[in-house]
Amino acid sequence: MVTALAVIRLRDLFAVVMLFGIYSLLSASLFVVLDAVDVAFTEASVGAGVATVFMLGTLALTTSREKTPAAHKPLLPLLAVLVTGAALIYGTFDIPHYGDPGNPIHQHVAPRYLEDSAEEIGIPNVVSSVLASYRGYDTLGEVTVVFTAAIGVLLLIGDARRRRSEDRSRPDHEEDA
Amino acid sequence: MKQYSILRLITKLLLPLILLFALYVQFHGDFGPGGGFQAGVIFAAGFVLYALVYGLDNARRLMPTWLPRLGISLGVLIYAGVGVAGMLLGGAFLDYGVLDPHDPVHGQHLGILLVELGVGITVASVMISIFHAFAGRGR
Repeated sequence: MVTALAVIRLRDLFAVVMLFGIYSLLSASLFVVLDAVDVAFTEASVGAGVATVFMLGTLALTTSREKTPAAHKPLLPLLAVLVTGAALIYGTFDIPHYGDPGNPIHQHVAPRYLEDSAEEIGIPNVVSSVLASYRGYDTLGEVTVVFTAAIGVLLLIGDARRRRSEDRSRPDHEEDA
Repeated sequence: MKQYSILRLITKLLLPLILLFALYVQFHGDFGPGGGFQAGVIFAAGFVLYALVYGLDNARRLMPTWLPRLGISLGVLIYAGVGVAGMLLGGAFLDYGVLDPHDPVHGQHLGILLVELGVGITVASVMISIFHAFAGRGR
């Protein structure tokens, strides 16, 4: 929470990237507390690790100072945010209590996964068996999303660079990122 | 970063451990936390670290640009291929039980292992490719 607020206030983007990394790491430890180790693992490696490096790479390409925005009236956006936030919080009143065994989420397919996956799939990590087998379509979709995103990024910044650098003779200097 | 000899040495020491840990996360995902997504990211992080410390040119020598680009599609192909293989063997798409005719549980094991491998290859390749593209652009 403190890091999130600091991220909003700071204008130095380098510090913002670092705070984002810390924020990711904190959320990862929060996931560990909630017993979601697989999610925590992903958050720590992707959010705190690689995403930080990518953002630093972007900073190296652009600039590390945020532009001061032109003066604007914050009242209307603030009102919109407050109304939306209030509606969302009002919505949470209808959500069943966290950890309540009678929750719909614990009644639907989860018990079957937990009870039968040991016989049907035979591996101890139920997260893996749900991810790769019961929900194989979803994961295939996720991989395709990653694939498509990468194609997009590489089309935007990957090949254009190579074509141009072939045209001009550039001095071959040591990378010091 | 020629002058930081400590950094270079530590990177050299850490790199095999990072890659080994990535492989452990990849293939031990059935038993502990982890799986293709995490393993791919950790694997890529090893190469990103190498590129940061030793420079992009050396990293390109270690991992030529075409290799991760091939891997991006190869991983998806492995995943979908496992699904199609299940179909050819008479099951539904992505039904791993038919992969082993004698024991559906073994088929599930095999299917999950292959599918996670596909995920890992794609994720690692994507991360390395994007990093190389980013780092190469600023020059």
